[in-house]
Amino acid sequence: MVRYEGKTVVNLEVNGELHQLAVRPSDLLLDVLREQLGLTGAKPGCKNGDCGACTILMDGWPVKSCLVLAVEAEGHRLLTVEGLGGNAPVQQAFVEANAFQCGYCTPGFLMVCYGLLMQHPTLPEEYVVEEWLQSNLCRCTSYREIRKAVKQMYQKK
Amino acid sequence: MSYAIGKAIQRKEAWDKVTGKAKYTDDLPGLDVLSARLLTSTCAHGVIRRLDISKALGVRGVKAVLTGADCPELFGPLVLDRPALARDVVRYAGEPVALVVAQDEPTAELAVRLIEVEYEPLPAVLTPSQALAEGAALVHRQPNGYKKVVPDVYPKAGTNIASHYRVQKGDAQKALAECDFVVRQRFSLPPSYHIAMEVRTARAEISADGNVVITTSSQSPYGVRKQLSEAFLIPAGQIQVKVPFVGGGFGGKAPVFLEILALLASRSVGGKAVRLTIPREQDMASAPSRIGLEADIKLGANRDGKIQAAEITYWLDCGAYADISPYMAKAAAVDCTGPYHIEHLSCDSYCVYTNHTFATSYRSFAHESFTFCIERAVDLLAKQCGVDPLEFRIRNAIRPGSFTPTQVAVTESLVGNLTQCLQQVKELSQWDGGKGVFIKEDTVRAKGVACLWKTENPPTDAVSGALITFNPDGSVNLHTGVVEMGSGGQTNLAQILAEKLKMDPGQVHVVMPVDTRTAPEHWKTVASMTEYMAGHAVMRAADDLLAQLRRNGAEALQCPMEEIEVANGRVFSRKNPDRFIPFRDIVQGYRSPQRESLGEPVLGRGGFMLKGLSLLDPQTGKGKTGPSWTVGAQVVEVEVNVKTFTYRILSASTVMNVGKVINPELMRSMIAGGMSMGVSMASREAAVYDEQGIVRAPNLRTYKLLHIGQEPDYRVGFVETPEQDSPYGVRSYSEHGIIGIPAALANALSAAFGRELCLLPLTPERIWKAIREEPK
Repeated sequence: MVRYEGKTVVNLEVNGELHQLAVRPSDLLLDVLREQLGLTGAKPGCKNGDCGACTILMDGWPVKSCLVLAVEAEGHRLLTVEGLGGNAPVQQAFVEANAFQCGYCTPGFLMVCYGLLMQHPTLPEEYVVEEWLQSNLCRCTSYREIRKAVKQMYQKK
Repeated sequence: MSYAIGKAIQRKEAWDKVTGKAKYTDDLPGLDVLSARLLTSTCAHGVIRRLDISKALGVRGVKAVLTGADCPELFGPLVLDRPALARDVVRYAGEPVALVVAQDEPTAELAVRLIEVEYEPLPAVLTPSQALAEGAALVHRQPNGYKKVVPDVYPKAGTNIASHYRVQKGDAQKALAECDFVVRQRFSLPPSYHIAMEVRTARAEISADGNVVITTSSQSPYGVRKQLSEAFLIPAGQIQVKVPFVGGGFGGKAPVFLEILALLASRSVGGKAVRLTIPREQDMASAPSRIGLEADIKLGANRDGKIQAAEITYWLDCGAYADISPYMAKAAAVDCTGPYHIEHLSCDSYCVYTNHTFATSYRSFAHESFTFCIERAVDLLAKQCGVDPLEFRIRNAIRPGSFTPTQVAVTESLVGNLTQCLQQVKELSQWDGGKGVFIKEDTVRAKGVACLWKTENPPTDAVSGALITFNPDGSVNLHTGVVEMGSGGQTNLAQILAEKLKMDPGQVHVVMPVDTRTAPEHWKTVASMTEYMAGHAVMRAADDLLAQLRRNGAEALQCPMEEIEVANGRVFSRKNPDRFIPFRDIVQGYRSPQRESLGEPVLGRGGFMLKGLSLLDPQTGKGKTGPSWTVGAQVVEVEVNVKTFTYRILSASTVMNVGKVINPELMRSMIAGGMSMGVSMASREAAVYDEQGIVRAPNLRTYKLLHIGQEPDYRVGFVETPEQDSPYGVRSYSEHGIIGIPAALANALSAAFGRELCLLPLTPERIWKAIREEPK
């Protein structure tokens, strides 16, 4: 194994691509995605797991990438907002439902909603949607727009 | 017919924001950029006895460690009272004390932990009452010794008063003595936080020839340029400020704060690029927050339910430094009564230094705070008079013939139509008299109402500008200095421009990032003034553009200029509309079939400066501080459990006099967003300090914001009484959804519990305590 000073090499599968990266054991997945891969869609909002702005999907489930170490992510399929394709039903629904204002929390919400769609292929009950989306904070919208976007996402898929 | 106004077009930047392509300040490439981190004070008020940076400097990878000794300059938008890094004393817990610049963030963080500081604590003052008590510790030894940037701040020597404004008309004392009903209520509201989802951050770089480039998450790129230029004596033209997308501002990104530190950091390492990021905890404890407020309100009415007189005192808790808070004290004085016709008034509004984190503008510029007090008092008075609180407000609504507190004569254009807002919100909310109704054992439903109004308090000579350029396909590019932080101002401007040019708004491209070198100066993206100020500049730029198109058209079509019309992306003669020239063939001059060059390339430019505004008369407060008012009425409906003191907010309704609906969905969502922020603030948010003045747990785990599932049903209605002097009659609206919500919530909860709740935030625990402690 190649030894870097305090660093180790990990293989990360992000948006279908395999990347070989040198990281510190303490490096957050969020920071590695942003700083090393330039995937800045996942946003730091608290780096404490409280706001959800850094949410990505790991093997199809939402995780807060500030609560995952880069070294823990090896061997998992990672999906960020950049991997959604650009015109996915969830993205269309967010645009049509006007489900964002400043846009900073949006990638995180998009990933939670996309994860919801993966795990619940048909529109689940309202309380399930609430349970899923409670993980994320938005300071601009009234949340009603985001609820509407979830419904529209299911109509589109 | 309408081309763009009134259409629910999508935000211009919508697709950038759903694909991760929208770039915010800290999203830009980070190679060859040093990292800076702050050490902040752990003492609310104290003398720095020892500050040892030697161990930090010894860490490999550390490039510089700065302390107050490295920056003698003072900062502030109104008075220069704030050091970049504390010098000798700290005035709040969280105040920046030292700055480490290192090759990367982990190294900077490690070094910060190795700095040794010893404080000798001084007594801390934590509320305006404490700060104004006799013998109180002074936050600033000589508050009147600082250099003033503007004439109308009035710090008082030997006190903690940073400024004071008085507004007076009639004889309030005498009138109150003659009233049939008088209520008096005191309030003490805590500060809270903005919590834009993007934490404040800034970068700086200085080139070898002295050009400074600042990239920052700011609402005030031109303010950053001005303050840095004046403080560091750098010619303004040598400072370039860039603002990409901003992840929420709410007023909290209007002050110049991290930019100063980033510049100092870059200067200390020979101008290398430095990126200053702060964790959420510092964004809360160190960066400016929302004001606290104490108030004493006396309101009197006659038997007929008409308010006769008001005596009002507001004490704004501005924390350790003045920042823009003196002007918030002024704004509170200017609109002190709420939108009511009250002939006799006496109001004193003080801005008071304390050892809290310094405060700054927060969505609606103090209106969310003082409106809580005045609208609670109005409810108390309505009850005394035995009148339905909504009817009481209609009876006293400000209308043409009235005068505002600062003696501006009211017209419909200036103030709008509050009565209509109240009547419409009555329908929208299904108002039922505002009394609590048991729907089952222990469960009560009730509604509360509150009014809002707001005028602006910009500098009397603030400016804006717009430039329009054409693309070869005939579409236009709009350049302004307006920051896109979520409020949708740029999309509104595109609609204003498309309407004026009679073209498809899809053919208007907006340049979103601001660069002070290329975009015309726009005062600040604050005060919901984008549509008014930049809107005027856009209208003028469009006029300029149209005149040039007509000139080109006259030459190309060989007819008089007066006959030329412009619409649908075409230039044509009114007399023969079938013979037209599409934009693409005429906007870069016209080439005739004979290959003759005719006309000139078309470039539109427009500038706008505020006119007719005045400072307040120091004795009476007479004066006009903003172009106009926006009024509105709001209702909140709650369902409470009277045993457990828990509650749900069922619905929140707003009817606002927006003047003209430019984009129904953008306006609706902006107002609903304001209501949401008001619900969150009023139901759960407060900055909590311990007895020593240390902020407790400044993080989003304990400082809970509203999340999905807790939000009520939001209902929004519009009234369109236009403002004659504004583009298409539109009024300010983007902040205002928040203003009356805390009061409407408290009015609803008071009705539901049958007790007067005059506190914030309205958590079940605090309601329980208030009811238990209330004298029976």
